[in-house]
Order: sequence, then structure tokens, then C-alpha cells
Amino acid sequence: MLKAVILIGGPLKGTRFRPLSLDIPKPLFPVAGLPMIQHHIEACVNVPNLKEILILGYYPTSELTQFVADMVQEYKVNIRYLQEFTALGTAGGLYHFRDQIRSGNPEAFFVLNGDVCADFPLVEMLRFHQEKKASLVTIMATEATRQQSVHYGCIVQDRDTSEVTHYVEKPSTFVSTLINCGVYICSIEIFQTFAAVFNTRQQEYYNDASGNGNRKEAAVIYLEIDVLMPLAGTGRVFALQTSNWWSQLKTAGSAIYANRHYLELYHSRHMDRLAQEDFVGEKEKEKEKEKRCNIIGDVYIHPTATVHTTATLGPNVSIEAGAVIGPGVRIRESIVLSGATILDHSLVLHSIVGRGSHVGQWTRVEGTPCDPNPNKPFAKMDNPPLFNSDGRLNPSITILGCSVKVPSEVILLNSIVLPYKELTRSFKNEIIL
Amino acid sequence: MCGTDSKLGEMRALILVGGYGTRLRPLTLSRPKPLVEFANKPMLLHQMEALVEAGVTQIVLAVSYRAEQMEQELSDEAKKLGVSLVFSHETEPLGTAGPLALAKDILGASDEPFFVLNSDIICEFPFKDMVAFHRNHGQEGTIVVTKVEEPSKYGVVVYGEQGRIHSFIEKPQEFVSNKINAGMYIFSPSVLRRIQLRPTSIEKEVFPDMACEGQLYAMELQGFWMDVGQPRDFLTGMCLYLASLRQSSASALHFGPGIVGNVLVDPTAKIGQGCRIGPNVTVGPGVVIEDGVCVKRSTLLRGATVRSHSWLDGCIIGWRSVVGQWVRMENTTVLGEDVIVKDEIYINGGQVLPHKSIAASVPEPQIIM
Repeated sequence: MLKAVILIGGPLKGTRFRPLSLDIPKPLFPVAGLPMIQHHIEACVNVPNLKEILILGYYPTSELTQFVADMVQEYKVNIRYLQEFTALGTAGGLYHFRDQIRSGNPEAFFVLNGDVCADFPLVEMLRFHQEKKASLVTIMATEATRQQSVHYGCIVQDRDTSEVTHYVEKPSTFVSTLINCGVYICSIEIFQTFAAVFNTRQQEYYNDASGNGNRKEAAVIYLEIDVLMPLAGTGRVFALQTSNWWSQLKTAGSAIYANRHYLELYHSRHMDRLAQEDFVGEKEKEKEKEKRCNIIGDVYIHPTATVHTTATLGPNVSIEAGAVIGPGVRIRESIVLSGATILDHSLVLHSIVGRGSHVGQWTRVEGTPCDPNPNKPFAKMDNPPLFNSDGRLNPSITILGCSVKVPSEVILLNSIVLPYKELTRSFKNEIIL
Repeated sequence: MCGTDSKLGEMRALILVGGYGTRLRPLTLSRPKPLVEFANKPMLLHQMEALVEAGVTQIVLAVSYRAEQMEQELSDEAKKLGVSLVFSHETEPLGTAGPLALAKDILGASDEPFFVLNSDIICEFPFKDMVAFHRNHGQEGTIVVTKVEEPSKYGVVVYGEQGRIHSFIEKPQEFVSNKINAGMYIFSPSVLRRIQLRPTSIEKEVFPDMACEGQLYAMELQGFWMDVGQPRDFLTGMCLYLASLRQSSASALHFGPGIVGNVLVDPTAKIGQGCRIGPNVTVGPGVVIEDGVCVKRSTLLRGATVRSHSWLDGCIIGWRSVVGQWVRMENTTVLGEDVIVKDEIYINGGQVLPHKSIAASVPEPQIIM
């Protein structure tokens, strides 16, 4: 029997996801029509014999209750949210809830960081992990560019055995282009290692008679630094290198990128989720045409959204529940969140339109994509800071927080608008508080 | 008043067309400035028509370059108007006074006063009033002056109660007058004695002497006035012209659903469903505006196409140019002839040279070669 743990952190994390995380927990932000971590859950439920999914974090339980209930109903699998009393670190939380994870005697459990998105190769990881009898942890790993690799956990691997011989987190100099994807499968014995680290910490705390030690901090354990680094080279950690699509999802800008890739993945597994040009008989086609808007490439439209027949959507657009898209509207490479309204003839490019936002007629909402360099193999999404060294805003996607009003006939270019703002003019390259 | 229509019958005029009209590029790269349509009519034709209306029978165009296209087209128009058109070619640019000397034989052929005007001027041309005013004071010259809000940018004219000009002051720092030279004159033939055949500025080298001698009078212009020699002023002038058209002949303007304010539409233009056109838009012959387009304060020249859902404000769209779907253009964007703007492009203050295809947005004002 298997389990999975999804680490979602808490409200203090994910600040780079503002303003989208101001009104919704970041793990529930919808990408390609599903809350971000529902993609993790879908990957987990496709693993045979996986009996329970535990979501670990320190968001208030109330913020996750509805989501968890929805997931249980949809996937008919045990899903529970376990709230940490404080940020315990990636492994500290696992150790704190060790009894919950171990109950029912799973042979192994997956650990997935909530802020990555990928075509998760969980079944392949399981098979690989089972083959490596000595493995306590198998890391999902991928190739990065030399320059970008140092922003990640870097793995040195024995080519023949796949054993991790060296591991270092965010090194200051180049170590390896093989990086940690933040997705693991752990044997249940890993808890002995966690316990050893935990006990050592506790010892240090009690041995420090100065009284300066922090009891809370002594419980914090990081999987990468406290577990993987010491275990590397002992023959107990392995890495499975995958060429599947993978990215971190740290900034709001990366949501557009993730949206595109998750939509693309629907081609192989969930064609039904993509809005499509009809391919039934010609007669039917005529009938359908009357109801449908123009679709280009991959588009997700929630069943409760209203899209005018003369609107043109795609590629890579998600329209969430209850959104209203008016006549002659054009949307490309964007996410329109629930209850948003976009009036006639407006254009939305590389943008996220927040919940309940309102965009007038003939308005242009446009951002600048910050996709990985397509000409560089293995390039990852850069997560540039908001401001460049001159103190100017880096061009980014345009984001409207929730309930923002954008008037008719203006342009909003590379700007971020915080919730509930009513704009009265055009803005370019600005953050509007 | 001693002027009568029969006496006006012998009148002549000289229009200072001058050079290549570089200030109105990129439009003038394809068509000589006098032929660029202002409110659906070649700029020079506005003046020619008004002159003929005032009884002028012979018009001299002072040009410093040869343009067969212009000469052919304008000769055809002149024939229709029943006016004799003479091209006076300068071998070197002669300034604003030199061309008078070059055309001396024509302008001095009778004792009647003659008109001189700059070709970039748009207003309600007061040619008949000028004749009357000029005959009334009986001196050598009359300058039309117009009121401006910021006189310190111009040369202002200082004159007395009867209009007798005392002096000209270039870019005055202190307020002395808000009247500037409107670029329209009427002279008695005797003025030709003062002008040599060499590059000369009429404003700087001829007028001051005339004023000293008490030979120069100022007539105040009623209504609007604009030098439309560059794109920004071209659009401002169009707004003023359309407003004046509403007063004088409102039936020339276009009315209907989706038409807002003063809009001039050629009968051969096509406008789609759900558009909002206006205020202050001129739509030329053969122009196609598809569904759901919003156009404000713009001129669309002959044969231009604007595809559906686009938004234009403060633009001049060159002949046969095609603006794609969901395009946004603003801030005195000028497309030369046969420019293609791809779908979903944004152009802010772009000056696009002829025959270009624009496939990337231009978010800041710039010239696209």
C-alpha cells in the first residue's frame, strides 16, 4: 500500500504569488481549470494501490475544507488536510505527522512539493524505487542549464547505479546540471532518519544551557539540507532523471506558463477538458457553430462560464466558473478567474484577470511573457524579481487582483493591480496599489 | 465698400507650395503634400476652391521641385474649377518672397490686387473680405492675422485700431499681442517693386519695411485657423474643420447608428456592424471598416481597411493600409501608404514608412523605417 503527501506550506509563503494569493491560498489557484494541487492529486490517484493523500501545511483548516471535500467526492480516495501548528520545514512536518503517514503500514509514500507543476512520473518513480532495494529516497530529477542549476538542489549521480553520490542545495558555484524537482518517493524507513535528525536537534537544544535555544526551531527539519545532503553518498538515495515537463510555480507569472503546459497534457489524458472545434457531421457542425465561440489551440472553458459566439479564445486560455466573455473579445495566453467579466471587443494577452474583475469595451490588457528561453535546451522558467537593478518594474504578465475594474478603451500594459482597485485611465509598467 | 463682383473677375493668386513637405512624412513620401487629402479633399484643393469662389481666375503654384503626378492631378482639378493653373518652378528655394518675383509677369499683369498664401493653412478662407478690406484702406498690403492662445511660440503682429501694422515681434517673452500672421496676404501689384529674384523671407525682409512706411494692414480672421503641415496639427485642424462644417453645411457630415459627433464619410466607404465612429473622424473613399471597430479623432485615407474589433484614436491611416483585428493605435500614429499592421498589435505614436508590415507592438513613440 502507498500514500502521498503534498506539502503546501502556509500563508507566509508564496508572497511572490501576490496579488493572486491575497484572496485565495496559492495551492488552490486554478491552472488549466484545476486548483494547482489538484494536478498533484490527479497524478497520485493514477498510481495503483495508493490509498491516501495527505495535504500538509499551515493554512487554517477552514481554507482547505471545501477543497478537500470536493476532492474526496471527485476521486473517491482518502484525502485529509493536516495542519502544522507552525512552519516545521519540509521534513519537520512529515516527522510531526509520522503516525498519520505510517498508519496502515504503507511500504512507501510520495512527497510532492505543492509549488511545482509537472507531468509527474509517479508510476515510473515507484517502479524505479522498488528496483533499488537499498533506496530510502528516490528523487525526481531533471536537467537544467549550467547557469540556472545553481538556483536549485543539485545532484551528482553515479551514471551506472543512479545513486546520488553528492547533493547540495542552491550552491554558489556550479556543481551539476541535474536538479531536484521537489518530488520524492520515500520508503517508510525514512522516519528512522528523520528521528535521528530530530533527536540530534533536541539534544543540541537541551545541551545548550544558555537558554538562547528556540524549542520551535529545534523541530524544524529540511528534507533537502538535513536529510538528503547527509544521505548522499551512503547508497541510500537515488535519482530518477526524467525528461517530462517540469517547472516551479513560484511567481504569478509562471502560472501562465504552467497553464499552457497543463492544457497540453490534457491532449493525452483529458481531451474532454479542452474546448474544441466540433468534429461531428457537417450538419451538426453548422448547429454547433451557432453556439460556440472561436477556439484556437488549447482552451479550457468552465461549464458555467458564458462566452459569446463571436469571441475568439486561445491558444492557452483558461476561463473559470461564471466568467462572462462578451462579443468580439479576444483572449490569448491568459487565465480569466471566476466571475470576471470582459466586455465587447477587448483584448487580453499574457494576463491573469482576477476573480470578479471587470474589463470594459475596447480595452487592451496585455502582459509580457517570461517563459524559459525556447532556444536553450533544458532552460527553466526564470523567476525574476519584480524590480530590476535600476529600480524599474521588470516587464511581466499583467495581473488584475480580485474585483478590479478596468474602464473602457484603456490599455493596461505589464502592470499589476491589487484587489478592489477601480482604474480610471491607462497604465504601463506600474504596480497599482 | 467699393469692391464689386465684376471687379473681382480679374484676380490672381500665388500659393507657396514649396518643398517636399517633410514635416508631413511619412504621408508625403507617397504623395506630394498638396495632394494629401485633408477631410477627403486634397489640401490644395480647399484653397483653390475658395479662391475660385472669390473670383480668382488664375492661380500660380510656387513649387521648388517637379512632380508630374501633382501637376497632372491638379491641372485636372483646375480644369473642373475653370481656373487657369500655372506652375512656377524655382531652381533654388526662393523662400516666401522670392517666388513673387519669379511670377512677377503674371501677378503684375493687371492693376488688381493679388492673393498670396501658404499652402498648409486651413480655415474659413475670407478672400472676399480681404479684397474689401484691402480696397478700403487703399495701401499696398494686407495680412490676415489670427488669435492664438500662446503667442510666445510665434511671431506676433502689433497693429493699431484701423489695422495699420506697427511692428512684428518674434517669440515675445512679455505679452504684446495674441495675433499672429495667418499666412494669407493680399497685395497691390506695386508691392512687386520691393522684391528681388533671390531667396527672400517675406515676413522678415519685406513686411518690416512696408510696416514702417504705413503700407501694411492687418485683417482679423473670424473662426478657426490651423497650420496642418504636420500630423498632430493635421488632426487638430481636421477637428476644427469638421466643427466648422457642422455650422456651414451639416448635411455633408455623416449620421447614423454608431456615429458620434462630427464624422465625414465618403459614400463609397463601408462601415460594419457594432462600430463606434467618432467624434472627429474622416473616412475616405473605398475605406472598409469591419464590425466592432472604434475610431476617434482620426483620418482614414483612400482604400484603407480596419479589421474588426480594433481601436484607433489620433491616427492617420495611409492609403490602402490594412490594420488587423484587435489592434490598438493611438497618440498620433501615422501609417504611410500600404502599411500592414498585423492582428493584436499595439502602436503608440508610431510613424510608419510606406509598404511596411508591422508584426511586433510599438509601445513607445518611434519611427519605423
